[in-house]
Amino acid sequence: MVLVYTESEGGKFKKVALEAVSYAKGIADALGTSVTAVAINGGDASELGTYGASKVLEVNNDTLANFNADAYADVIAQAAKKEDAKVVVLTASVNSKFTAPLVAVNLEAGYVSNVTALPSSTAPFTVKHSVFTNKAFSNTEITTDVKIIGLAKNAYGLKENATTATSESFAPTLASEDFSVNVVSVDKATDKVTIADAEIVVSGGRGLKGPENWGMIEELAGILGAATACSKPVSDLGWRPHSEHVGQTGKPVASNLYIAIGISGAIQHLAGINASKVKVVINSDPEAPFFKAADYGIVGDAFEVIPQLNEKLKAFKAQNA
Amino acid sequence: MHSKIRNYISIFASLNLKLTAYKSFHSKYNIDMKILVCISHVPDTTSKINFTDSDTKFDTNGVQFVINPNDEFGLTRAMWFKEKQGATVHVVNVGGPETEPTLRKALAIGADEAIRVNTAATDGYSVAKQLASVVKDGGYDLVIGGRESIDYNGGMVPGMLAKLTGANFVNTCISLEVEGDAVTAIREIDGGKETLSTSLPLVVGGQKGLVEESDLRIPNMRGIMQARSKPLTVKEPVASASETKTVSFEKPAPKGAVKLVDNVDDLINLLHNEAKVI
Repeated sequence: MVLVYTESEGGKFKKVALEAVSYAKGIADALGTSVTAVAINGGDASELGTYGASKVLEVNNDTLANFNADAYADVIAQAAKKEDAKVVVLTASVNSKFTAPLVAVNLEAGYVSNVTALPSSTAPFTVKHSVFTNKAFSNTEITTDVKIIGLAKNAYGLKENATTATSESFAPTLASEDFSVNVVSVDKATDKVTIADAEIVVSGGRGLKGPENWGMIEELAGILGAATACSKPVSDLGWRPHSEHVGQTGKPVASNLYIAIGISGAIQHLAGINASKVKVVINSDPEAPFFKAADYGIVGDAFEVIPQLNEKLKAFKAQNA
Repeated sequence: MHSKIRNYISIFASLNLKLTAYKSFHSKYNIDMKILVCISHVPDTTSKINFTDSDTKFDTNGVQFVINPNDEFGLTRAMWFKEKQGATVHVVNVGGPETEPTLRKALAIGADEAIRVNTAATDGYSVAKQLASVVKDGGYDLVIGGRESIDYNGGMVPGMLAKLTGANFVNTCISLEVEGDAVTAIREIDGGKETLSTSLPLVVGGQKGLVEESDLRIPNMRGIMQARSKPLTVKEPVASASETKTVSFEKPAPKGAVKLVDNVDDLINLLHNEAKVI
């Protein structure tokens, strides 16, 4: 049995959750078993069937309305024990990374995070995961009876595998110790695409000369439905909030498309965005290191190129809508 | 004689007042707070990553090692507690003698004592087990680690340590205030932040935001001199087993050359028809 924790937001499963189900199905096939999902105040269970879950344990509990690492870990561990799961799959989201180590200790299970592919072998159980901030991979064997996998975002992808998912209500036993860290308030922009969820990220660097020039970056992001990001110097200078800083000490990016504008491409920046599928660089300096890391590039002044790109993309979007 | 007694009484009264003031300061700020900062010894962020021994070991040749950046933000926040509220700050690393210069650097920044658990760090769980023993022996109120080390990126040691020691846990922490036993922490979430209330004992997985980049300290000569005489205790490891083991490392496949275009129409065309990402 492979258990997968399926994250949701506002009653809808997140894309990373569907990717995790797809991946869990891949492992279950290799082990000759099936996939059970555990959903906490989740979305439409049949959606998980589309990606290969044959059973969904639905936990509906108001005390779990806010994410709580201890309580969620308890729910996942209890579900794993109930289902006698040999493998538990979580994601690389901030919340999964918060709760997974707690699940691991609870289940005395070896945990490997940032896993990028199905196990190369199931006996011994060996998985590939990114290390040195995407500058390398490690093939690591998990030697415990139960294994925990934190799946890297956008590495495995969505794979449909239509299965009929049966739903089952699941009521975990929660203890008061599960509620010793409590949410006071949440500050989250609901109208903006987050870097974590975005398919496309548009990122600006020092080449943009000042915060007043971000209008065209935001316009480009708006046209593409993308999240905005920035390089470390830009956040250190206070031009953009820290939450937009991507790179080794900032946020990791694993989007389908990453567009870097006026970013030279320091090694720490490239490490942080390396898991993105397609990289585009627009920079006036043809010697900028980013050109060595990118798939497509334009050597040109952002102040000329971006307004043109925005106009042409609007026309393209209107045509392809 | 009488006046002398009066004098004593007045001195006693003023001392007592001071004691009361001290006690209220003490209870407000938990002046005895014992902080442990977990320090990973990692390759500098600019390091080229290579492997040796048939790709089973990280090649340390020519690599400069530093305090893990996520840990350094935590260490600097710990120094803030020490200086503004009163606290003792210890630092710990699980590793061989080669990590001692990194611990000395933490002492030069201002930590009071260092502990090195004398064993190779083989996986996240075994490191957390060793740290749990240090935490139990030292009776720490607050343990600050980084959200992840920049070498193996496991992101699991602080959480495992919290669970093993029965402490509360806050990950991706970007702000931390302690008053008495009460803790207010802010953590980064996808697309925003969340304010949490909890209490000591606490383990934190910290990152940039705990302090700003500009608050980080470069050790000065005085700090470096003092660090030489500060205690660095070598502790023998407790029995512990790894749960995972590295089989081999590999580097990403070499990338093809960038396709340069000179106009935005070509770029849109390639992104749509070739890369299929828009």
